[in-house]
Amino acid sequence: MTNYALEAKSLRVSRGRANVLHDLTFTLEPSRVVGLVGPSGCGKTTLMRAIAGAQRFSGDLHVLGRPAGEPSLRHDIGYAAQSGAVYHDLTVEENLRYFAGVIGADHDDVGRVLEQVELAALRDRVVGRLSGGQRTRVSLGVALLGTPQLLLLDEPTVGLDPVLREQLWALFRRLAEGGITLLVSSHVMDEAERCDELLVLREGALLAQGSPAALERVTSTRDMNAAFLALIAVAERDAA
Amino acid sequence: MTGTAERVLRQLRRDPRTVALLVVVPALLMTLLRFMFNSSRAFSAVAPALLGIFPFLLLFLVTSIATLRERTSGTLERLMTTPLAKLSLLAGYALGFALLALLQVVVTTSVCLLLGMTVHGSLAWLLLVTMTDALLGVALGLLASAFATTEFQAIQLMPVVVLPQLLLCGLFQPRPEMAQLLRWAADVLPVTYAVDALQRVAASASVSGELLRDFAVLAGYVVAAIALAAASLRRTTA
Repeated sequence: MTNYALEAKSLRVSRGRANVLHDLTFTLEPSRVVGLVGPSGCGKTTLMRAIAGAQRFSGDLHVLGRPAGEPSLRHDIGYAAQSGAVYHDLTVEENLRYFAGVIGADHDDVGRVLEQVELAALRDRVVGRLSGGQRTRVSLGVALLGTPQLLLLDEPTVGLDPVLREQLWALFRRLAEGGITLLVSSHVMDEAERCDELLVLREGALLAQGSPAALERVTSTRDMNAAFLALIAVAERDAA
Repeated sequence: MTGTAERVLRQLRRDPRTVALLVVVPALLMTLLRFMFNSSRAFSAVAPALLGIFPFLLLFLVTSIATLRERTSGTLERLMTTPLAKLSLLAGYALGFALLALLQVVVTTSVCLLLGMTVHGSLAWLLLVTMTDALLGVALGLLASAFATTEFQAIQLMPVVVLPQLLLCGLFQPRPEMAQLLRWAADVLPVTYAVDALQRVAASASVSGELLRDFAVLAGYVVAAIALAAASLRRTTA
């Protein structure tokens, strides 16, 4: 049996009468950077929350070989929600120290993470006074604490300048080479090009899965932006 | 648990104005009351009961808003995806806010004593009951935040939870003179027991069975409220 990092079979989430995710079926190999792309409101965050164990769902979802929501998974998943989810009235370092204590990570871990997200110089700054991009990095840093095997990063590069964005993608690459699986959501298509594999979501359904090159090939396009638009056009024609 | 308590205290330290208001306002109100009655005997008759109202009210407010912020900012959801146990989180909150309550209770009680409040029982019992009462405020605040989605709603829950208990605890009108229905209601409201216990400590040097019973009921309510608050924390949502 292959050890998939993620395995979804007929994964469904509904809120009231609305189907937020319908019948997602896919598998993902470990140690890769997987992009989760699609227009806003397409269900990216809901899928991440389901994987993190924060979202009720029906169907089958296995994470690192265990059913999603299993308590032991809480040690192995680092989840950085889009909202930030850090304490604005604490400093960068106080935030990291608190969460390190919560997940039982070493104190040295805080120093390592501060370097990884390039926040060592701002460690004593109160998070509420940081820029949006800096706050996003604090939240990312919290997700990196400990020894996660799966990182769920919801729009981690929003509000970052090109240099920092470059550095973060290099970090994602290094983490994947170290054996971590990353699921990174984005609505910026030039970022999608950097992923090993993409899951394209639209209105809660899986539109396509494959490497950026493969998706460009099937749509006869030259870049991800065009490939994405072509995929959506096909889906809309089929729906009509 | 101590990590969460430390974090809560660090957050409070960043907000010195809130801490100052929490500590100073009850003492100022007690002073106001003392000179409103303009008699230390009349003051002594109501001050112990009020020591059961202030810490309860203020900690209920602070805790419900702090927990609501934790829910709306996403930090609670994040904590729920970590191995942190729910009870450990709640105990951390209770411990952090209890230390704040201790500061408030010590200052308020000292001011009351300076203003001529007479206490025949031991100050240790007075402190024990007021601290348990403050913890009740923390526990109910944690619970109440589950029923609010905005800070406006959280503040509106204060009159819902606190005012009926204030009106029915016997401070404004002796309970035996109330309508039967309200006497029953007063008998199930926890602040009633805090106020009764404090009045017993103030009135008599001996630790009576009634005092122990009131204290036990109050402590039971604290445990029950924390258990309910833990049940209201959900790791998964729809």
